[in-house]
Amino acid sequence: MAVISYIEAITQALKEEMERDENVFIMGEDVGKRGGVFQATKGLYEEFGQKRVIDTPLAESAIVGVGIGAAMYGMRPVAEMQFADFMLPATNQIISEAAKTRYRSNNDWSVPLTIRAPYGGGVHGGLYHSQSMEAIFANVPGLKIVMPSTPYDVKGLLKASIRDPDPVIFFEHKRAYRLIKGEVPDEEYVLPIGKADVKREGEDVTVITYGLAVHFALQAAEKLAAEGISTHVLDLQTVYPLDKETVIEAARKTGKVLLVTEDTKEGSVISEVAATIAENCLFDLDAPIRRLAAPDVPPMPYAAPLEKTCMLQPDQVEHAIRELAEF
Amino acid sequence: MSIEKMAMPQLGESVTEGTISQWLVAVGDTVNKYDPIAEVTTDKVNAEVPSSFSGRITALLVQEGDTLPVGEPICSIEVEGADRESVKTEDPLKKEKLSSGVQDDRDQSMKKRYSPAVLRLAQENDIDLEQLTGSGRSGRITRKDVQNYIDSVQSTKSENEVPANKEAEDQGQPGRLTGAACFSEAVAQAAGKTGTGQSSRTEAGDVDVPLTGVRRAIASNMLRSKHEIPHAWTMVEVDVTSLVNYRNQIKKDFQQKEGTKLTYLPFFIKAIVTALKDFPRMNSTWAGDRIIEKKAVNISLAVSSEDALYVPVIRNADEKSIKGIAIAVDELAKKVRNNRLSPDDMHGGTFTVNNTGSFGSIQSQPIINYPQAAILSVESIVKRPVVVNNMIAIRDMVNLCISIDHRVLDGWITGRFLARVKELLENISPDNTPIY
Repeated sequence: MAVISYIEAITQALKEEMERDENVFIMGEDVGKRGGVFQATKGLYEEFGQKRVIDTPLAESAIVGVGIGAAMYGMRPVAEMQFADFMLPATNQIISEAAKTRYRSNNDWSVPLTIRAPYGGGVHGGLYHSQSMEAIFANVPGLKIVMPSTPYDVKGLLKASIRDPDPVIFFEHKRAYRLIKGEVPDEEYVLPIGKADVKREGEDVTVITYGLAVHFALQAAEKLAAEGISTHVLDLQTVYPLDKETVIEAARKTGKVLLVTEDTKEGSVISEVAATIAENCLFDLDAPIRRLAAPDVPPMPYAAPLEKTCMLQPDQVEHAIRELAEF
Repeated sequence: MSIEKMAMPQLGESVTEGTISQWLVAVGDTVNKYDPIAEVTTDKVNAEVPSSFSGRITALLVQEGDTLPVGEPICSIEVEGADRESVKTEDPLKKEKLSSGVQDDRDQSMKKRYSPAVLRLAQENDIDLEQLTGSGRSGRITRKDVQNYIDSVQSTKSENEVPANKEAEDQGQPGRLTGAACFSEAVAQAAGKTGTGQSSRTEAGDVDVPLTGVRRAIASNMLRSKHEIPHAWTMVEVDVTSLVNYRNQIKKDFQQKEGTKLTYLPFFIKAIVTALKDFPRMNSTWAGDRIIEKKAVNISLAVSSEDALYVPVIRNADEKSIKGIAIAVDELAKKVRNNRLSPDDMHGGTFTVNNTGSFGSIQSQPIINYPQAAILSVESIVKRPVVVNNMIAIRDMVNLCISIDHRVLDGWITGRFLARVKELLENISPDNTPIY
């Protein structure tokens, strides 16, 4: 098995899907010759040509809108939002059109569109390059939201997203792009959308999270194991719709649940996880459900010390797990 | 003077690591702030790293060609004057002291705040949470504490039941010995945890005897009874010459007919039971806000095995003849010897009789079998010279000792109860004491 980075897993998944199905094509700002600002589509323009790797104008609404049309027509578009922060001009297309077409057309039409978007902070990106957008879409039935944490998951889930018959928003943590490396099998595989994944078995505290924070949790768990605290780590992978069954199972396992997101706290994806646990696990809970999230302030600051204050830090996760374990 | 560390800088968004392609300085070199010290390659850019300090390079911490994460130290520089390091290190120390000072081990304010999970587990497993020690913050009993406790009870039980008591398994009730034992296991645990004290060090030649589940149960029952029940004690002596004569007269016949030895004990039990019917207060239990006089007369009988004490129950002893009691006593004794007691055998006693005479005792101060109100021990029957009708005669005498729960019973009622037992025993005769 080869060890590759998070972003290499994306490139590989795109390449393999384009080789497998000629209906798969890529659209986005600078995705062609430039290979994407993060180099996620590097080499694809050269390999598949300008008809399948299309540079678009700076108009997210158009990128998604064209994607919806092409998808309805039978294509498998992969639309790249250069930063998740820039998705907002396309929200009408995503929420009112892509998510609802199957229902509106009485099942005659569907939108097998994949929208890729780098999200997340910690890269000194400031207000417009650091946001987490999942909560905005995690209330829209008809959408699926996938947020993988490892190269293995990225590859398997991006392929699944492209093959999914309905719209999938695929959020990639931009800080994970080059930070996270991992083993990926050489042979073909696809992972199921809608399933959470136990990343570490433990007995004392359950951490449920997704994206980059999974790694914070795993690092903390490793550290705390030396202190005799055993941490169960569940990676949501698909944050909408939630894999409630696995969430409930993980919460029951220890009765002490820490939910982590780098998004702001109120109305976040983990708030829904908390509600699911509260509804189902009362008699298994041994401590209040704890949410660890960014402060409820509008921006991700640009200034490094302030960014560090706002951005979820690994030691916060460690501290929160210890607090719960000691409760 | 202090040593500063230079860290791998972040050279662009999304860049998380860099490779030192070339060092531009060597150990011992003096550098000024902003002087380039190394060339770094990332997958985005190549750049020179400027020094953040003026000083002398004391160590290069990575080799050329090494890749390391942003923020990792790459070299150390000895800086003149500024003493930042000592300032920095003070802070975390202070914090640590503060946080460890806040945590007070004796704080038990959360001991009785039970989480839903803890309450459920306690309920499902019949656990008295008062008896557990909490490992959580401020003494809170955690779900894990309860789970560990359940596991430990189960494992100690299965440990000592496997060799001795296969019966439980045959009955499909592994790990549940008795209601009484179960109910008291919690105390045993607490006793085991807190009651060891300081003198528990083993010295050369000492033998460590691991506690069996039964021994734990005994310990906790005794402890609980002694702690909770204000014991009072009294004794009467009874002339049982006529009982001895009567029993000697019929014992052979009885053994032949019934296949069971006729001991004195059934006669004593019969008399006690009859007296209990006359004084129901003796057959009662303290219930905190009231006293419950039990209708059923179930006699708990203290029976010893090699290294444990059991108190199996003769149910509805008041409905049994002397023969019936004799059979029941014999059965229970056999069950104890063969480790075949079932939970039912141990449940529901209302008054305990202790046959201490069987090992020659002539006086004892029994501990009440919690939650009953009294325990009576029948001592050895011994021949003694006593005064009868102003003459000295040799009579068969026995002492009856009783411990009572003074919350429930007073000396007056106990005295009358014992007088009644004495009267019944002293008047035993073939005419008024049928065996059947």
